[in-house]
Amino acid sequence: MKIAVCIKRAADMETRFKIAADGRSIDEAGVKFDIADFDGFAVEAALQLKEKDGTGEVTVISLGKDAVQETLRKALSMGADKAVHLKTDAVPADALAIARVLAAELEGGGYDLMLFGRMAIDAANQSVGPMAAELLGVPCVSAASQLGVAGGRGTARRELEGAAEVLEFPLPAVVTIDEGIARPRLPSLKGIMAAKKKPLEVKPVQVGESRVTVIKMELPPERTGGRIIGEGPDAVPELVRLLQTEAKVL
Amino acid sequence: MTDFYGIDSALSEEERAVRDSVHRFVDERVLPIIGDCYVEGRFPRDLVPELASLGVFGANLPEEYGCAGLNNVSYGLIMQELERGDSGVRSFASVQGALVMYPIFAFGSDEQKRTYLPKMASGEIIGCFGLTEPDYGSNPAGMITMARQQSDGSWVLNGAKMWITNGSTAHVAVVWAKTNGDKDERSIRGFVVPTNTPGFTARDQKGKLSLRASDTSELVMQDVHVAGDAILPKSAGLKSPLMCLTQARYGIAWGSVGAAMACFEEAASYACNRVMFGKPIGAFQLQQARLAEMLTEIVKGQLLTLHLGRLKDAGTMTPQQVSLAKRNNVSMATDVAREARRLLGANGILAEYASMRHMANLESVYTYEGTHDVHTLVLGQAITGLNAFQ
Ligand SMILES: Cc1cc2nc3c(=O)[nH]c(=O)nc-3n(C[C@H](O)[C@H](O)[C@H](O)COP(=O)(O)OP(=O)(O)OC[C@H]3O[C@@H](n4cnc5c(N)ncnc54)[C@H](O)[C@@H]3O)c2cc1C
Ligand SMILES: Cc1cc2nc3c(=O)[nH]c(=O)nc-3n(C[C@H](O)[C@H](O)[C@H](O)COP(=O)(O)OP(=O)(O)OC[C@H]3O[C@@H](n4cnc5c(N)ncnc54)[C@H](O)[C@@H]3O)c2cc1C
Repeated sequence: MKIAVCIKRAADMETRFKIAADGRSIDEAGVKFDIADFDGFAVEAALQLKEKDGTGEVTVISLGKDAVQETLRKALSMGADKAVHLKTDAVPADALAIARVLAAELEGGGYDLMLFGRMAIDAANQSVGPMAAELLGVPCVSAASQLGVAGGRGTARRELEGAAEVLEFPLPAVVTIDEGIARPRLPSLKGIMAAKKKPLEVKPVQVGESRVTVIKMELPPERTGGRIIGEGPDAVPELVRLLQTEAKVL
Repeated sequence: MTDFYGIDSALSEEERAVRDSVHRFVDERVLPIIGDCYVEGRFPRDLVPELASLGVFGANLPEEYGCAGLNNVSYGLIMQELERGDSGVRSFASVQGALVMYPIFAFGSDEQKRTYLPKMASGEIIGCFGLTEPDYGSNPAGMITMARQQSDGSWVLNGAKMWITNGSTAHVAVVWAKTNGDKDERSIRGFVVPTNTPGFTARDQKGKLSLRASDTSELVMQDVHVAGDAILPKSAGLKSPLMCLTQARYGIAWGSVGAAMACFEEAASYACNRVMFGKPIGAFQLQQARLAEMLTEIVKGQLLTLHLGRLKDAGTMTPQQVSLAKRNNVSMATDVAREARRLLGANGILAEYASMRHMANLESVYTYEGTHDVHTLVLGQAITGLNAFQ
């Protein structure tokens, strides 16, 4: 079984962000980057499928500047077999432009499964995977929390509000992965050494015109300290009134 | 993570990846349980297979023996991260890797290397290192454990070792003994002794107030009969165990910085959150001075170890340089841990917080692998050429 996983290099969400001087991007100084969270789950899902199958090959693909090679090598150190760096200096905000580049790479790769994270943890568009599926003309299951393959068909489980659904689909297919699947494994120290020897192909790409641009970025307002209205049951009416009229949450 | 000087940028991608993996392992697997282990006086043995599959044991030894084959800076970063968790966990890894796998690698036969190293890397075989004796601590040259070769080439060992980390858990002990009645330190040789050999007993030492999440044992050997090939063929005199200690001390120089980082981070966070007299205690000059002092010493220790690691990787590191780093960094960490403990007020005496555990642990680290004083004398001799030991 051949599995491709498209992974994005994203800022570690525990970092304290600063907006860059252009007001439209994150100041990357001192920010730690890693495989975007859901993409890490997708890598883990691919590795588990391969291990269960006993054979197969997992290819990780990332679009971006040279720094994404570190992210690709992390996936290789987890156990992926090879990596493709789709090299460009700037990744646009337009999900379709990104999906086009990824679909072009996936097309003809002979992959049975093409996995994506449910969304990139930073941009949170939730669109690249489904758009790539559309461009490739293959079935798409989004936000899968379980994934299996048997007899050339895939099965996936999706968690819905108050219920779950189980789907079946023919391969090849695109599946975007939710967090329920399994925690991404730690790269072992031997895995880190082995990753250096695995193939990482660099392919310069042209990203098409972006019709969506970020014009402004802002941080959420500083949280102000709480206010104590009073104590005991006597304070409840005033609290309810303020929650209704001032905070407008009731 | 404490990196005030952006030392991260002086690490390679691979070194950072190694550090990050062990960092996450410690966050997820060590920190949640270690306080309880410490209070209960129990080594978290369940972690051994996990540490092994992560690849921690003997990580700087070659891949052909099932090890990770990392450079020495990566190895140091592993020690830093493990000791950020607990000195006892780092001690386990130091003993396994630097004090048992290393001598088998450096002084062992091909047969011994093939037999032991892969199984020690995988954690199936646990080792301990028996050098210290009840009456010979800082002065191992005086040891009285004796190995006597029999006419068939086999050996019989008699003697007692004390303060042996992993002693009661170990499957094999690397025991250092004088040979054939010769009291000269040049007759000291290493032996790989299976701990189930008749006459070999290990008993845990009770009542420890430090390094409680680590097994420390007394070994007694009474007519312990081992085959002729139990000897480490290339071991020769006291300098052989001292070479092992140089490896382990190198790791301790890094490890102690990890412990100090844990205490500093705990203190810095506490200082920003604990409100007293109407503001966070971190807003008072006294606590700022305390934190500034801690951070300064940690940064110096970090720079020291990184350069030491580069020297080791270049093959030019001297034992005296290791003495300086072990001496400075462990002493620094004991101070940082104590100051962190104090900053935490009454909470600082609880096992729920890490600082007092580190503070107590580091007293062992201050004493083992050459006491602080002994390293002072090593440096004194390096400076003056005059030996102050005798
Ligand atoms: C938790 C723990 C784990 C250990 N694990 C191991 C292990 O796995 N294997 C092993 O072999 N050993 C181990 N040790 C033993 C350790 O290496 C010794 O404790 C250490 O070498 C000091 O020896 P000692 O305790 O006999 O102290 P002593 O040598 O009796 O020293 C007592 C004091 O005298 C000072 N002193 C000694 N000589 C001089 C001198 N010439 N001039 C000035 N001052 C001097 C020392 O600095 C110290 O302050 C461990 C110890 C501990 C506490
Ligand atoms: C074992 C034990 C037994 C105790 N027994 C009793 C008892 O029987 N009865 C009782 O009433 N209490 C008792 N205490 C409580 C003890 O008196 C308090 O722990 C002590 O007053 C410190 O308060 P705290 O722990 O809240 O620390 P905090 O007041 O939070 O202090 C934290 C740190 O901030 C520093 N700090 C605080 N204010 C300032 C400032 N203005 N400027 C600079 N630094 C500052 C402190 O020196 C300390 O380092 C006990 C404590 C312990 C540990």
